[in-house]
Amino acid sequence: MDKNINIKLRIWRQRSPKEKGHFENYELQNISQGSSFLEMMDILNEKLVNEGKEPVVFDHDCREGICGMCSLYINGHPHGPDEDVTTCQLHMRKFDDGDTITVEPWRSAAFPIIRDLMVDRTAFDKIIQAGGYVSVNTGGTPDANAIPIPKKNADAAMDAAACIGCGACVAACKNGSAMLFVSAKVTQFAQLPQGKPEAARRAKSMVAKMDELGFGNCTNTGACEVECPKNISITNIARLNHEFLKAKIGS
Amino acid sequence: MSWLIKSSIGRKFVQSISGLFMILFLLFHMSMNLVLIFNYETYDFIANEILGANWWAIVGTGVIALGFVVHIIYAIYLTLQNKKARGVNRYASSSKTPVAWSSKNMFVLGLFILIFLFLHLYQFWYQMQFKELFHIEGARPDGAQLVVEMFSQVWVVILYVFAFVALWFHLTHGFWSAIHTVGWNNTVWMKRIKVVGNIISTLICLGFVVVALAVHFGFSNILG
Amino acid sequence: MNKINSKIPAGPLENKWSNYKDHQKLVNPANKRRLDIIVVGTGLAGASAAASLGEMGFNVLNFCIQDSPRRAHSIAAQGGINAAKNYQNDGDSVYRLFYDTIKGGDYRAREANVYRLAEVSNSIIDQCVAQGVPFAREYGGLLDNRSFGGAQVSRTFYARGQTGQQLLLGAYSALMRAVHNKHVTLYTRHEMLDLVMIDGRARGIIARDLVTGKLERFSAHAVVIATGGYGNTFFLSTNAMTSNGSAAWQCYRKGAYFANPCMAQIHPTCIPVHGEFQSKLTLMSESLRNDGRIWVPKKLEDAKAIREGKLKPTQLKEEERDYYLERRYPAFGNLVPRDVASRAAKERCDAGYGVGTTGLAVYLDFKEAIERLGRDVVEDKYGNLFQMYEKIVDENPYETPMMIFPATHYTMGGIWVDYELMTNIPGLFAIGEANFSDHGANRLGASALMQGLADGYFVLPYTIQNYLADQIQVPRFKTDHPEFDAAEKGIKDRINKLMNIKGTHSVDHIHKELGHIMWEYVGMGRSKESLETAIEKLKQLKKDFLTNLRIPGNKEDMNVELEKALRLQDFIEIGELMAHDALDREESCGGHFRIEHQTPEGEALRDDENFSYVSCWEYQGEDKAPVMNKEPLEYEFVVRQQRNYKS
Repeated sequence: MDKNINIKLRIWRQRSPKEKGHFENYELQNISQGSSFLEMMDILNEKLVNEGKEPVVFDHDCREGICGMCSLYINGHPHGPDEDVTTCQLHMRKFDDGDTITVEPWRSAAFPIIRDLMVDRTAFDKIIQAGGYVSVNTGGTPDANAIPIPKKNADAAMDAAACIGCGACVAACKNGSAMLFVSAKVTQFAQLPQGKPEAARRAKSMVAKMDELGFGNCTNTGACEVECPKNISITNIARLNHEFLKAKIGS
Repeated sequence: MSWLIKSSIGRKFVQSISGLFMILFLLFHMSMNLVLIFNYETYDFIANEILGANWWAIVGTGVIALGFVVHIIYAIYLTLQNKKARGVNRYASSSKTPVAWSSKNMFVLGLFILIFLFLHLYQFWYQMQFKELFHIEGARPDGAQLVVEMFSQVWVVILYVFAFVALWFHLTHGFWSAIHTVGWNNTVWMKRIKVVGNIISTLICLGFVVVALAVHFGFSNILG
Repeated sequence: MNKINSKIPAGPLENKWSNYKDHQKLVNPANKRRLDIIVVGTGLAGASAAASLGEMGFNVLNFCIQDSPRRAHSIAAQGGINAAKNYQNDGDSVYRLFYDTIKGGDYRAREANVYRLAEVSNSIIDQCVAQGVPFAREYGGLLDNRSFGGAQVSRTFYARGQTGQQLLLGAYSALMRAVHNKHVTLYTRHEMLDLVMIDGRARGIIARDLVTGKLERFSAHAVVIATGGYGNTFFLSTNAMTSNGSAAWQCYRKGAYFANPCMAQIHPTCIPVHGEFQSKLTLMSESLRNDGRIWVPKKLEDAKAIREGKLKPTQLKEEERDYYLERRYPAFGNLVPRDVASRAAKERCDAGYGVGTTGLAVYLDFKEAIERLGRDVVEDKYGNLFQMYEKIVDENPYETPMMIFPATHYTMGGIWVDYELMTNIPGLFAIGEANFSDHGANRLGASALMQGLADGYFVLPYTIQNYLADQIQVPRFKTDHPEFDAAEKGIKDRINKLMNIKGTHSVDHIHKELGHIMWEYVGMGRSKESLETAIEKLKQLKKDFLTNLRIPGNKEDMNVELEKALRLQDFIEIGELMAHDALDREESCGGHFRIEHQTPEGEALRDDENFSYVSCWEYQGEDKAPVMNKEPLEYEFVVRQQRNYKS
C-alpha cells in the first residue's frame, strides 16, 4: 500500500552550457508513493516557484513512456531504479522514507547540457537524417500487400522499431556510444524488403555520422541493453556490425 | 581501407580480429606447454628443431608480434576516444547498471597482462629464441630446464597464476565480444557463443596454470 | 453573419475529389523552389505534410516545441489506423468507412470531406508500408487487421500497441530525409507565438526560441498549422504536457474562424486520478472493454467502505455488484460508444457509488474473462496493458479489478477549414487535430491517425498548390515588414505584462483551477446553468491570472514557467469559447451532451432541424463577445438516424 514519504534530493543545477554546474540539495515532505517521479519534480518546482526561485529544468512531454523526451540519471541509473520504464513512469514507491536521491543529466560529449537536467539530443536526429529512412516519395507506392513479409521478420523489425530515442543507451554507456540506437534503426530496415535496396548505404552513412558526432566506440558491455526502457537487444548491434562490414567488404 | 582506422566499427573489427588471432596463438602456445608435463626432451626438440631459428618461426613470431602491437595500439586509441566521448563531466553517483565486471575493465586487465608479458618475454622468449637469432651470448637451447628453473621460484608462479586469472577475465569478455563485433551474433547464438568463449578461456588459462604448478611441484616430465 | 464558403466541389460524392484534382491549379517544379511554406508542428499531420511538400520541391520551414520532431504526441496513439482496404473480405468499402465515420460523428461532419478521407485511407497504408512501418502481419506474410468500436468490419491496421509511434516514426523518417536533402529546414524548441498577416494573407509567424528566449521572425508564402488539439484546457487529459492550443488560438485572434470548440471527446478507459498532484492521465486501450465488465457496488455503504479501505472489491458477491452498462444498455452492454460509457461512469460516481480512494473510479473486471478464457488468453490479449496498469497503480489486475475513469482525450473542434483545408484567412491552412473537419461531434477509434496522415500526405500537398499557383509572382518576403514589427511588439508587450504581474500563484496552480472549472461545468454533462456558471468563473479566473500570476526568471532566457503562462492564457480563452459554443448548441450530439436534451431513457437527443451546422466563431477583439457564423451541414447522400444502443 502506498504511503507518504519524506525525501532528500541532490539535483544538478547548471544555468547554461558554458557555466559551471553544481549540486543543490532540497527536501520534500509527504510525497505520496503513488506519485510518479516527475510529479514529485513538479511538486519541487511548485515549491521553488512559490519561493520566487527558478524551477529545475528537465525534459518531459507525454508522461506515458513513449515520446522519449524524459531523461534523468537517478541514483546511478538512467531512468531510475525501476526496470523497463522511462523516468515519467517511474513511481515514488521505488523509494523509501528518508532516501537521498541524486538526479543528474545524461552525461556524454555528444549530448551537451542546455540547462540543469536538460540535454541536447539533436545528434540523434542528425544520425537519422544521414540515412535512417527508406527513400520513397509520397504517393506512387505499390499496394501494401504486394510484397508479403514473413511474420517473423515483421515482428523482429517491430522489436527494433520500438526504440523511443531517449538516449538512455548513451547515458548508460561508459564509452558514450550510440550503437544501440543506430543498430535498432538499421536492423528495423534490414529485416524488411523495403529497406534492402539501400541497406549498404544506410549502414555506412549512419555509422559515419555517429562517429563524426563524437559518440564513442562500443565495447559490448551491454549496459545499454540493461537500461533501455524498451528492451532493445544488443543483438541489434551485431546485426549493425554485420550490415556495416558487409557493406564495406562486399563493395 | 581507411575505414579500418577512421570508422568506429572498422577499429573494433581490427581489435576483434587481432584478439581472435591471439586466442589461436594462445591455444597453440598452451598445447606446446602441455608437452612439459609429459616429456622435457620432446619439448626441447619442438622448441629447437621445429620452432628455433627457422624462417617460418621467424615470420610467425613477427606476425604474432604484429598482432599484439596492433591490438595494443588500437586498445589505447579506442580507450582514449571513449574517454573523450564520455565527456568532461562525469556522473557523481556511480553506475548501478549490472554488467559483467570484465567488460568494463578490459583496458586495465589488458594493461596488467601486458606488464606480465614483458616479464614473460624476458624470462623465456628472450633467452630461448631472441638470443639465438641475434647470436647473443647465453642462448638457452635447453628450454625445459629454463622453465624448471623459473618455476622453482614461488613468486614467478604466483605472478603467473595472477596473470592468467586476469587473462581469463579478459578472454571471457573478449571472445564473445569479438564474435559480436564481426557480426556473427543473434538472439539464438548469444548464449552459445558466451558458453564457447568461457570454455576456450578456461581451457587456455587452466592449461598454462596447470603446467606452471606441475613444474613447480615436480609433477612434470612424467614420461621421463 | 458572414456567409461561409466551404468550396465543396460539385458532382457525385465519389467523384468530388478526383474532379477537384483534375481541375485544380498546380505549381510547376521550377516555381516550387521559389515558394516558402511554414509548417508548425511535427506530429502525423505536420511531419507528413512537411516531408511531402519538401519532396515536391517547395522550400519548407518546419517548427516544433520539443527537442525533436519525433516527440509529437501522435506517438502515443495505441490502437491503430483505419483504412478501407477490405483485405479481410468482410464487405468493407470506401463508402462503408465513410458512412461509419459520419454516423460515429453523430452527423455533424461534412460529407465531402469524410468521403475524401475514406478514399485516401488506402494510400496511407501503402505509403507507410513502403516507408518500412512494421505493421502486424499474419503467418502468410500479409497484413493483419483488428476490429474497433463503431464498425462491423475489421479494418484497423496496427503495430502492436504502438501504432501511433510507428506511423509517426515513418513520417519522421520521411521528414528527416527531406531535411537531409535540404528541402526542409527544421526549427526545434521553437514555439509559434503569433501569425503575421500582410494584406490580408498569412505571410509568416513569430516564434520564440525556447532555449534563448529570443523572438524570431519567419516569412513564407503560406502557413500551415498542425499543432494538434486543445484538450489540455482541462488540465488533466491524455494529452502530452506541452500539447497546447496556442498556435490555433493566435490564428483565431487574427481572424480565422474557430469551429465547434465545444466538441471534445472524453475517453472512458483511463487510469483514475490518484491525488491532487496528478500531472496527466494515462489512457488504456478501448479494446479492454471487449472482455472486461464494468461495475460499481450496488449499495452506497459498500462503496463507502471500499473508499475507506475497509472492504475489498473481490469480497463483494455477484448480487452486490451493479453492472450498470449491462443493466442500462442490454444490447451493447460494456461496448457502448465512448461518450455513452463515459457519461454513465460519471453518473454513478456523482451518485456516490464511485470507488478508489477519491471515489472517482469504477471497476473494470476481468474475473469472468479469466474464468471463461483462461489467464493465458487474457494475458496474450491484454498483457502489456495490465503491466502498464500495475506499474502505475501497483495493483495486479489479474487478481483485483482494474479501476478506470473517463478523461479528456481528443478535440473534434478546431480551426475552421474549407474543402482545401484552408482557413478563411487566405494562405493559412490547418491540418490534423488542429482543424475541425472530419470527425463531427465524436471521433471513432483509429480515425485520428488516418485523418492526420490523410491531410499531410494526400490532401494538403494537392490543395495548397491551388492557392500557391497564384503566388508564384510574389517574391520572398523580408521580415522587416511593418506587420512583423507590429506582431513582434505585440508579443513583447504581452510577455512584459505577464512577467510584471509578480503575484503569488504558479502557472500550474491556476491551470488546475481552470481544469476544475472545465471538468465540472463544461465536461460530460452540460446544462445552461452549468455553462453560465463556467463563463462567470472563467471571467474571474482570467482576472485572477492577470493579478496573481508569478513567473520567476527572465524573459530573454529559457523560461519554462513563461512558456506555460502564455499557453495557459490562451487555454483560459479557449475554455470561455468552449462554454459559449456549448451554451449555443441546444442539443446533444456526440461528445457534446446537454442534460436538457436527452431522451426519456437518458440518451443524447440531436436536433437536426435547428443545429445541423458548424458553428464558426469569429474573434471581435479583446473582451468583446465573439460572433458566430454558421456553415450549414447539408446531407445529400446519407439519411440521418438517431443513435440507439439499447436494442
